Amino acid sequence: MGLAKRIIPCLDVDKGRVVKGVQFVDIRDAGDPVEVAKRYNEEGADEITFLDITASHEQRETMVHTVERMAAEVFIPLTVGGGIRSVEDIRTMLNAGADKVSINTAAIHNPEFVREAAERFGRQCIVVAIDAKRVADKPPRWEIFTHGGREPTGIDAVAWARQMAEYGAGEILLTSMDRDGTRDGFDLELTRAITDAVNIPVIASGGVGNLQHLVDGVLQGGADAVLAASIFHFAEHSIQDAKAFMAQQGVEVRL
Amino acid sequence: MMRHNSVAVIDYGMGNLHSVAKALEHVQPGVEVRVTSDSEQIRSATRVLLPGVGAIRDCMAEIRRLQLDRVVAEVVASGQPMLGVCVGLQALVDHSEENGGVDCLGLLPGRVRFFGDKLRGADQQRLKVPHMGWNEVHQNPHPMWRGIPQDSRFYFVHSYYVQEDDPGLVAGSCTYGVEFTAALARGNVFAVQFHPEKSHTAGLQLLQNFLNWDGSSTSA
Repeated sequence: MGLAKRIIPCLDVDKGRVVKGVQFVDIRDAGDPVEVAKRYNEEGADEITFLDITASHEQRETMVHTVERMAAEVFIPLTVGGGIRSVEDIRTMLNAGADKVSINTAAIHNPEFVREAAERFGRQCIVVAIDAKRVADKPPRWEIFTHGGREPTGIDAVAWARQMAEYGAGEILLTSMDRDGTRDGFDLELTRAITDAVNIPVIASGGVGNLQHLVDGVLQGGADAVLAASIFHFAEHSIQDAKAFMAQQGVEVRL
Repeated sequence: MMRHNSVAVIDYGMGNLHSVAKALEHVQPGVEVRVTSDSEQIRSATRVLLPGVGAIRDCMAEIRRLQLDRVVAEVVASGQPMLGVCVGLQALVDHSEENGGVDCLGLLPGRVRFFGDKLRGADQQRLKVPHMGWNEVHQNPHPMWRGIPQDSRFYFVHSYYVQEDDPGLVAGSCTYGVEFTAALARGNVFAVQFHPEKSHTAGLQLLQNFLNWDGSSTSA
């Protein structure tokens, strides 16, 4: 027995409410983020990830208050992402009670930002989010996309993951833009390519539609943690169900 | 009747102390939690928590700049119950190999080592560093573990670990490629590598135990 694979429910938050975009378009309301996080905490979630999907300047304060409320009631690690662009943004979120911040677009615009952030706050709290889309099949190749998967950057996903780990990322949150919202399961080839390329933990994200997908992410993709939103939000499965199923399939989890 | 329970959370500018303060208030509503670097406030609290995140060089530099090294040594000698957390554990031992080698407070015997880039598990699978997530802690008898099932999982996030110089002081151990010290205890000091404030039920129970602990290693 040893380190457990983590199950991370993800809360996409817009204007202070949890929402889930299916491929970033269709939005359904899933409630107050603090209430949702408390439920996940009680059900045995290993961490909570909280993404501000609008990340506009006006919403920033709402977000900080939500993080503060959540940190006073939820005693598991909390990662906050969306619109983290400066050392000041990181400091604000950590002071509000976040344990980690997730950096995405700002890292693409300025990779040195990741180095600076890791040096300032420690790499344990710097998660680099990678949104990757398959651009070739044989051999498979993935590129980084921004703006919810609409804007290509020309950056190779595997090379980018290596660079980010070298710059001080403590963890990678890997989302397949092809799978996100489809419920077809993780892009396992992508997950495996990234987990093999770096020596830091990788969270697989994008496409979970059933509990077997979580198992596949770990056993086939090699992920250290699996992230999902909709299968938990709409009470299709509890976190306990997910963990019991994973344990049965031979994945070490915290029960 | 025990006198008013207060905790000084030592603030030396490294990281977020909000979580640990909130967790203490959560497990014992009404407890007075002061996040402070003031030596008088630290001395006058009924118990002291030494937190820490980030790199050891910066932590030690700030501890010394604020002259908290003397205060922490006084607390250790005074019998005030003290809980060290994460880098707060590492700061208490003799030396760390992080940042090219840093002398720590030397209040407990031990050294801080790097997990290494080529860490392997029991079945030779590669292990990622940092050690991040929930791992089992094997407990040796100590009142701080009261009510926490043996081998409960706690949340860890670290790339360096404490290797003790006196096996008799190990209150808890954990395995990640190597067996390392998850909890070190001597007299009124109990220090853990994991984050109790992020370890849900087991972690909150440990904090509750800290708030009730009289600072002896044998009390029932």
